[in-house]
Amino acid sequence: MEITNNDPPQPHPLPPPFTHTAPAPTLLTQGAEALLYRTHFLLPSHPCALKHRPSKPYRHPVLDKRLTKHRILSEARTLVKCRREGVSVPGVLALDAEGCGDAGSGGWMMMEWVEGRTVKEVVVEAGKRIKERGGGGVWEEGLRALMGKIGRALGRMHEVGVVHGDLTTSNMMLRPSPTSLQNGTTFTNGAEGDGDDAKSAGESLEGEIVLIDFGLAAQSLQDEDKAVDLYVLERAFGSTHPEAEEGFQEVLRVYGESYKGAKVVLKRLEDVRLRGRKRSMLG
Amino acid sequence: MAFLQSLNLAHIPPDLAVHIALYADVQNAPFLRDQLLQGSPAFEYALIDATVILSTTHVLAAVFRAANDHLNGRLRSRNVHSEIVFSLGANNNIAQSLRTFGITATTTDLLAIKLSTNPSITASTVSEHLAASVNGTPVEFSDATLAKMADGGKIRKLYKLSGVGEADSKGKRRRKDGSEEGSGGVDGIKAGSTGYDAERERKELEVAILGLMALRGAV
Repeated sequence: MEITNNDPPQPHPLPPPFTHTAPAPTLLTQGAEALLYRTHFLLPSHPCALKHRPSKPYRHPVLDKRLTKHRILSEARTLVKCRREGVSVPGVLALDAEGCGDAGSGGWMMMEWVEGRTVKEVVVEAGKRIKERGGGGVWEEGLRALMGKIGRALGRMHEVGVVHGDLTTSNMMLRPSPTSLQNGTTFTNGAEGDGDDAKSAGESLEGEIVLIDFGLAAQSLQDEDKAVDLYVLERAFGSTHPEAEEGFQEVLRVYGESYKGAKVVLKRLEDVRLRGRKRSMLG
Repeated sequence: MAFLQSLNLAHIPPDLAVHIALYADVQNAPFLRDQLLQGSPAFEYALIDATVILSTTHVLAAVFRAANDHLNGRLRSRNVHSEIVFSLGANNNIAQSLRTFGITATTTDLLAIKLSTNPSITASTVSEHLAASVNGTPVEFSDATLAKMADGGKIRKLYKLSGVGEADSKGKRRRKDGSEEGSGGVDGIKAGSTGYDAERERKELEVAILGLMALRGAV
């Protein structure tokens, strides 16, 4: 029997007050729980990201509101905490965790716009270049430095008691620093590559790591949770960047030196590797 | 009165225009405060002590929140104007927010905000009424003038943000990208930070405040 439903899937309408925003927010990506738009904050010249959690029609309205509210507030809380403690994350500009009326528009949160590319894109590009040119060049050097920055960013986040819950290279951005934009020449010296190559390597690998998407984050000081966080990234790294897998060792090395409890977490990571993410319920 | 600014916030319907006037050397703060306390309809304004306002974005974020809650019929306080003052606070205590951010008897730097909640409220009616009521020197509503009035220490204290955006000596706040270059200067502020650093500190403080206002105590 044919299913004769030819209606296109109903796109989620924007929540108020964004229904009349000009220019209209542009959809960047959609996950199971939320839609991410690019729009602007109070002035059209101030770009920002809008994360909309639409209500789910299959949930009981009361439960739906509670879940949406809880998730928006929990993500915002973690971002604000990170930001206060000096972990590089997008700041929260505004939010509405309740939506409007009974219509059930879900909730939304506006965050600072983060310039740059995802670490995933950057690592893939660097991997290609290294393959083309063989090892040992400026790209390899830059990639190693990038891995170090990731380790340090994660260490800083764990140090303040936040676990991300969904660490992947897509959930990290490399934001070009204002200074490197002015003189993107950090890598031009002391490398055997030709000047242009070194320059482009410098430009694409320079910058600051900004962690994004704290939708699954939690506040925890437990070594177990931090170790699982790293384990998730290790697995994601292995499948997304198999060619750069040894680079992950550099992430862990720098992580280990980044804060006081880091060594214990790395020890714990070894246990987690043996059993997987889920903890044994025996004893 | 030439200094009344009328603007539209992004995302908010244009008929809900925002009218803003900033005054220095206000002489009649006790009178204005009494009008508010009596709930006199002619004095339905958000009257804010400008010394606790960091920037235009800071106060406009509060206006945005209040306007959005107004449009959704979700005001927690008496009207959209008191809601603006309430929205500046970082907790759920309305009275406390009105006391800290609202006009006091000793206020001399005053920010007056009114929304066009009905079509009879226009830039000219607001401008006239303010000119007749506020005994002070109108100045431009801009980041530069607000920065001169702002009491940074008081603002940090109100939002419990000591250290945010400040390059502090304990090295507690590290360079966020983890790079080693330039520790930011041990006493960036005291030593008269460069324009770039000061701007960066202000931005950092601003975004931390916006986050706390958005959470409003749900920390």
